[in-house]
Amino acid sequence: MRNEVRFSGFGGQGIILSAVILGRAAVMYDNKFAVQTQVYGPEARGGASMSQVIIDDEQILFPKVAMPGIFVIMSQEGFEKYGANAPKDAVMLVDSTLVHSRPSCKYLEIPGTREAKQTLGKDIVANIVMLGALVASTHVVSEAALEKAILDSVPKGTEALNIKAMKLGIDLGKGSKQHEVT
Amino acid sequence: MTRIEFWQGNTACAEGALAAGCNFFGGYPITPSTEVAEHMAAKMPKKGGVFIQMEDEIAGIASIIGAAWTGARSMTATSGPGFSLMMENIGFAVMTETPCVVVNVQRGGPSTGQPTMGAQGDMMQVRFGSHGDIAIIALCPANVQEMYELTAKAFNLADQYRVPVFLMADEIVGHMREKIIIPDSMPRTPRKELVKGTLPFKADADLIPGFPQFGKGYGVHVTGLTHDERGYPAATNPHLHEALVRRLVDKIESARHAIADFDIINPDAEQVFIAYGAPVRTVQQVMHDRPDKNIGFLRIRTVWPFPEYALAEFKHVKRFLMPELNLGQMAREVERHVRVPVVSIQKLGGELHTPAELVAALEAQR
Repeated sequence: MRNEVRFSGFGGQGIILSAVILGRAAVMYDNKFAVQTQVYGPEARGGASMSQVIIDDEQILFPKVAMPGIFVIMSQEGFEKYGANAPKDAVMLVDSTLVHSRPSCKYLEIPGTREAKQTLGKDIVANIVMLGALVASTHVVSEAALEKAILDSVPKGTEALNIKAMKLGIDLGKGSKQHEVT
Repeated sequence: MTRIEFWQGNTACAEGALAAGCNFFGGYPITPSTEVAEHMAAKMPKKGGVFIQMEDEIAGIASIIGAAWTGARSMTATSGPGFSLMMENIGFAVMTETPCVVVNVQRGGPSTGQPTMGAQGDMMQVRFGSHGDIAIIALCPANVQEMYELTAKAFNLADQYRVPVFLMADEIVGHMREKIIIPDSMPRTPRKELVKGTLPFKADADLIPGFPQFGKGYGVHVTGLTHDERGYPAATNPHLHEALVRRLVDKIESARHAIADFDIINPDAEQVFIAYGAPVRTVQQVMHDRPDKNIGFLRIRTVWPFPEYALAEFKHVKRFLMPELNLGQMAREVERHVRVPVVSIQKLGGELHTPAELVAALEAQR
């Protein structure tokens, strides 16, 4: 089973880190294969940032994502550049605090940035909230693997905050209604 | 116990070097190779080695040549523009038979071109870029695992043949993160020491002289000028010059079978892909999606010296298909060795060939 996930937002939200954490969870703790790549260029700084992960039970040969089946979109510009053309059979998690548009595929509205700020007092962990919601709604990796990969990847002293953010995201993902294709 | 990591290619390269005992890194950061230097800067001092950021790439390669003569396993990492700057000293390393490792994480050229995009545009430059007749060894990794293993192997080849060895990676492999299994240890080929009383540049039967390490009691003159077996300049002696240059080339060319590292899949096929570096991944995908004994694959890890004898293993081949992220640099080398057509599947711009593009090439002109 091959899953291809695309993250997009703006520089500083931790878009690349989200993809690295997801890939790490798959490889290190779910005994799967993963390849993580990113749009990496001077023009990407500050603007729309994008990173992708392929997760597969088998070894990954061609390492690039053609069109992902799962999207996590955390900014309006990111939506326009990297989410608007999502295929009809894709599923998209939108950070409804920052993304105003809605895709023509199935989607979930996750108020990641608002919840991170209001519930946890730190909007910096919005990406971890979105990761929690992603895993709860798509099961691309296990929740246990995600938790371990987050703990591996976040700065010392922020572990508790990030795990709270992940759990908040899992609750949001489980409680969110999936909007069908209109 | 082996262990699993989820590493970026450039991290794996640096870790592979450290596992091989690399204890000197001198270089100048340049995208998309910077993470190699960054990782070395963080890790090398903790292992008792030396990391030094030089003022430019010319100084970078000069520093690793000097370090090698003190016995260090030394390395630098760069990309196109920096690689161009290194050309003169690469020739110096060849002429002085200095073992060292140069990593080139290739990006789109010419000039500063595409700093953040992958390419394989330096495959001829690595072979012929430095002036004069030279021979070098160049390895091409296709995944993060090989970024680790081939970097480690490069040090062994450098020490064994006393030649600069190149890891010709590319941005795609350098920047992707994927699963890697870290071996317990990497095999290490020791540098052949000079037998006391022997002239320092007098070669043994394998055409390689023993290494007179600085600080071990040898007074050795190391020069880029044509030199005699004592190491003294003898630049106007035609016969000596020819014998020296021929030996420097022959010590690599005559070992081409020993150095060669390639895989052959479906040797009876009529259509045969040849690939090295990142395009290997696309060919692997096509082979996986279309299991067909009539589609063969020569997957090359040692691009120089080019293992031309591997081509002859495909006894029924009607044509070779060669995807490269350049305008057919290595396809020209293949054409030199075969009588069947070589279809060069060229791609510039920084992205990999898609599997569909290779399938289209396979089905065209059939």
